[in-house]
Amino acid sequence: MSRPERTTILDARALSRALQHMAVAVLELAHGTDDLVLIGIQRRGVELAERIARLIEKEKGVLVPRGALDITLYRDDLQTVGPKPVIGETRLPGDLTGKHAVIVDDVLYTGRTVRAALDELADFGRPKRISLCVLVDRGGRELPIQADVVGKTVKTGPGDVVEVQVAELDGRDQVDVVRGSRQ
Amino acid sequence: MTAVLGKDLIGLERLSPDQIRLILDTAEPFKEVSERLIKKVPALRGKTIVNLFFEASTRTRISFEFAEKRLSADTVNVATTGSAVQKGETLVDTAKNLEAMRIDMVVIRHASSGAAQFLGDRIRSNVVNAGDGKHEHPTQALLDLLTIRDKLGRIEGVKVCLVGDILHSRVARSNIWGLTKLGAQVAVCGPHSLMPRGIEELGVTVLRRVEEAIEWADVLNVLRLQLERMEAGFIPSLREYYRVFGVTVERLAKAPRALTVMHPGPMNRGVEIDSRVADGPHSVILDQVTNGVAVRMAVLYLLAGGKPELADAAKGPAVGGTD
Repeated sequence: MSRPERTTILDARALSRALQHMAVAVLELAHGTDDLVLIGIQRRGVELAERIARLIEKEKGVLVPRGALDITLYRDDLQTVGPKPVIGETRLPGDLTGKHAVIVDDVLYTGRTVRAALDELADFGRPKRISLCVLVDRGGRELPIQADVVGKTVKTGPGDVVEVQVAELDGRDQVDVVRGSRQ
Repeated sequence: MTAVLGKDLIGLERLSPDQIRLILDTAEPFKEVSERLIKKVPALRGKTIVNLFFEASTRTRISFEFAEKRLSADTVNVATTGSAVQKGETLVDTAKNLEAMRIDMVVIRHASSGAAQFLGDRIRSNVVNAGDGKHEHPTQALLDLLTIRDKLGRIEGVKVCLVGDILHSRVARSNIWGLTKLGAQVAVCGPHSLMPRGIEELGVTVLRRVEEAIEWADVLNVLRLQLERMEAGFIPSLREYYRVFGVTVERLAKAPRALTVMHPGPMNRGVEIDSRVADGPHSVILDQVTNGVAVRMAVLYLLAGGKPELADAAKGPAVGGTD
């Protein structure tokens, strides 16, 4: 068996550029900031949503509302993988009815997290539109779900791991693909 | 992933400090679920839970039932009156019959110490002890711990005195286990006749007078005095008990530091606690009730996913770590 092989697909500068591009794309998608709400998925999605909000603020002078969503209790695999011991905070900026909610996450893979997030959001109101914005789309979907805004697309196999690090939690901004680290 | 709590929750005696902390930490996000407009998450969708109460209980049963419903489990309440239990069916037969209907969990309250363990050893479903005789009432102690942590920001080093009928109290027993495991200092205070011999061996200090307890403690957990104790001759009269051990405003006024007063309910106002204390600024009694639902949600959630055989079966292709 070969050793896991690590490749950096986004360094700090490239990640910063990707976020800038994502912020512009989100603004275009939402036609401005009026009804826009950014909802980060715990944990790194929350940090990325905050960054995108700051970039939008720089551009438009408006700090749009941000929320955080922990989808643990909406997962469909409690039976098989057991409970995730630590559940993060869920905090939404008021009723989402009539808003354009943009879900922000670090990696889009099977689509099951997004499915859970859609279910959870439905319990908090009826947004007029929900979009999906991810830093990395690694393919491998198991559900009919696509992102509206993508920072970087990378082809991966089931044995690979995409590792996202953000300065707020990990001390640096970097995205690596680790090939063959999982059987 | 192995079971985080094991199959059953019987008592805090058997849990490690880390397991107790895990339950308290898991309870935190569940508090927020109860504040939502739609107070429900699908975590236990499709699970069937039986609440098997062989002893009267309002608060604990309702609290468990809310916890179950807010996790989307299907629940059935079995009370002993009007059921086959009255016709002489044994505990195991009752449980085996329920299990034959393919239930997943049993929450049991029983007058006999050890009933929850007995049941847990004989059925495959998860068993949660909701109070067994004089043995333990683990979810009550967990909600007490959560309330202390909320109010004081920590448990380690906090001085907690349990006041009242220590001899017959499963709440006292579970609290002593939980508090000492998390590093609190624990004292007990009550009439000599209601103090178990050798209680010091559990690592607690015995205080003879309630005034001493008030001077020493950061938290008073005032236990319910069961009225039948008077009939059994453990105390001379309820009025006498209140005169000597009642937690009153006058006594609390002499406390050298801010004191938090807890009570597991139901209260006998004017027996173990002064009404003005129960409704006053020291009291966190209703916070305890709110926390009870969150703690029970955490326990049910952690037990539900923790079946080792399922965890083994799932060791196939993993779902993305970051997905």
